Amino acid sequence: MAVDATQLPHTTATQVEDVGQIPQWQLMVRRFRKSKLSVGGMYVLIVMYTIMLFSDFLAPYDHNRLDSNYAWGPPSQIKIVNGQVSTFALKQTLDQVRLQWLYVVDEGHPLPIHFFVQGYEYRFLGIFPSKLHLFGVEDGFQINLLGADKDGKDVLSRLLKGSQISLTLGFVGVVISVIIGSIVGTASGYFGGAIDNMIQRVIELLRSFPDIPLFLSLAAALPQNAPVEVRFFLITMIIAVIGWTGLAREVRGKVMAYRNADYTAASVAAGGSHWHIITRHLIPNSLSHIIVVGTLAIPAAIGSETALSFLGLGILPPAVSWGVMVRDAQTIEAITTYPWMLLPVLVLIITVLSFYLLGDGIRDAVDPYA
Amino acid sequence: MLNYIARRLINMIVLLVAVSFIGFFIIQLPPGTILDVQLQKLRQMGGDVPRDQIKALELRYGINDPFVVKYWKWVQRSAAGDFGTSYLTDQSVGERIWGRLSVSLGLSLFALIFTWLVSIPIGVYSATHRYTTPDYIVTFIQFIGLAIPGFLLALIILIFATRFFNQQVGGINSSEFMDQPMSLAKFMDMVRHLWIAVLVLAFGATAGLTRVMRANLLDVLNMQYIQTARAKGLDEAVVIWKHAVRNAIHPLVMSLGTLLPALVVGETLVAQVLSLPTIGPMYLDALRAEDMYLAGTILVMLSALLLIGNLLADLLLAWVDPRIRLE
Repeated sequence: MAVDATQLPHTTATQVEDVGQIPQWQLMVRRFRKSKLSVGGMYVLIVMYTIMLFSDFLAPYDHNRLDSNYAWGPPSQIKIVNGQVSTFALKQTLDQVRLQWLYVVDEGHPLPIHFFVQGYEYRFLGIFPSKLHLFGVEDGFQINLLGADKDGKDVLSRLLKGSQISLTLGFVGVVISVIIGSIVGTASGYFGGAIDNMIQRVIELLRSFPDIPLFLSLAAALPQNAPVEVRFFLITMIIAVIGWTGLAREVRGKVMAYRNADYTAASVAAGGSHWHIITRHLIPNSLSHIIVVGTLAIPAAIGSETALSFLGLGILPPAVSWGVMVRDAQTIEAITTYPWMLLPVLVLIITVLSFYLLGDGIRDAVDPYA
Repeated sequence: MLNYIARRLINMIVLLVAVSFIGFFIIQLPPGTILDVQLQKLRQMGGDVPRDQIKALELRYGINDPFVVKYWKWVQRSAAGDFGTSYLTDQSVGERIWGRLSVSLGLSLFALIFTWLVSIPIGVYSATHRYTTPDYIVTFIQFIGLAIPGFLLALIILIFATRFFNQQVGGINSSEFMDQPMSLAKFMDMVRHLWIAVLVLAFGATAGLTRVMRANLLDVLNMQYIQTARAKGLDEAVVIWKHAVRNAIHPLVMSLGTLLPALVVGETLVAQVLSLPTIGPMYLDALRAEDMYLAGTILVMLSALLLIGNLLADLLLAWVDPRIRLE
């Protein structure tokens, strides 16, 4: 009993001390880790974006390399022959009745897979020119780990190349819309009065457009012959222009609440400038909310790019994004006979799901006291 | 109240005028005109088009009018109930839209009813049975519903239906019923075709609303008056449905305003995949063919739908929650 009495206050004291010493961001990290699904989503995304950075190195072929000998070619089989990891040459025959290419694996003709081979030229990270690729087979043959499309283009290479657009376009669009939304929302909520009134009227006008039709008509107005970089930029801007209004409204609401808080009043009384109050008190307080809204907006933006490209209004061939690939897969014959054409759909769903899970976890984590 | 509605309606008209102007401007932005599309079509059909015929067409379509003149002509006629003639088919725009609007609205309405009928009970169940296996399953399905864009879901279902059930899903009728008058058999055939569309349309929205319902109800269930209600010895069903759900349903009512127009236009892609004769694909075709009057009218109409939806949602909210005063 006596022992208990001496130990109890002691332990509680250290615990209380411990709680006080943990900074808020660490509490957030702790809370975030608790949600296993969100952590999983985060890891999936880290892996995907890492693969995207090395996509040219990992892709065995240029995404537009045609090879009619491999039209609708099935995924390559991998076996160990003579102690070497190998795939096999394919024999192509035409099914005269159904007018389909048939492929027979030529077991007598193994093609050893070579690693770190020279292939098409690319710029690593857009800067360093290189020809190095992770793997490849003898010239004149093709290895299609995930099959080939109707022109014999390697699906794996296209998926990898497509990730460069699909994983960045929506992301960049949301970042821009978050920046616009935060600035406008803060200005509107902080200064109030005529500025607020004007900004709110503009937002009201933009929001009275139904978003998908507005999106479609803006995309239809994009120049058809522009290079892919220009189209990429313009589509990003469309996503940003349509997306910022919602965020601006939410930020405005938050900022208005913090503007009336006691600590803001104290800062005003102490002679703090507008800039000081906004950057020191209002933005940091709203930041977590902004990040949550932003993270949850990314999957929708990725979906928008896919939808546009699917309709032929977004990224156009010869450039490739996952949406462009889904467009190739839209005929039922294609998918039922060549199921690997559905891979871009699968990859897309995994990406979008991971972003939702991540955003959900962050939303719970930013309020670690709840 | 009437005062409030009147003010909102006036505001709505101002917004619609602005929307129609900006929308019309965006729609006529792409280079090339409907004339180019038409000429190409004529040339394909037979040889060269004489110069004076081009002139006549130019005059008829008002190709060389400045933008403001085109806009003004369109607005003037629209105000008189004549939305212009669709360049593509030479039909009146009103007629073309009307034919498809019924399918669009019908589909959306069913999808809306489905969404509400499913998401409220499931949301309530999932909140009252938090952290149980069914709750986890519901949460998982919700995320799937949020993560799969509607048109991809349509594509996937299309494949499965074709491959495993050997069912023809595209369109609203099987080919053998195409030109027949309405009959019971045709109606049943239509239902067989449309349930997939309704399901696909409703899936995403249902996932979202279920999640909102669950989160809100969880908040409300922590309130003290719920504890009081239970302490009074009220039946748990009464506590949940009468006391808790009524206070948790606000966001659902608010979402009603955006849900209806979202369903009407959200089907654009789904309808494209399932080849349904609704407004969405028609809008897309009109945009591609630079059929300005048709595209412009649809855009303004959808915008009006959105604004009316928002007003209705606000009124409904005031009716559900007496604390809300409409000023």
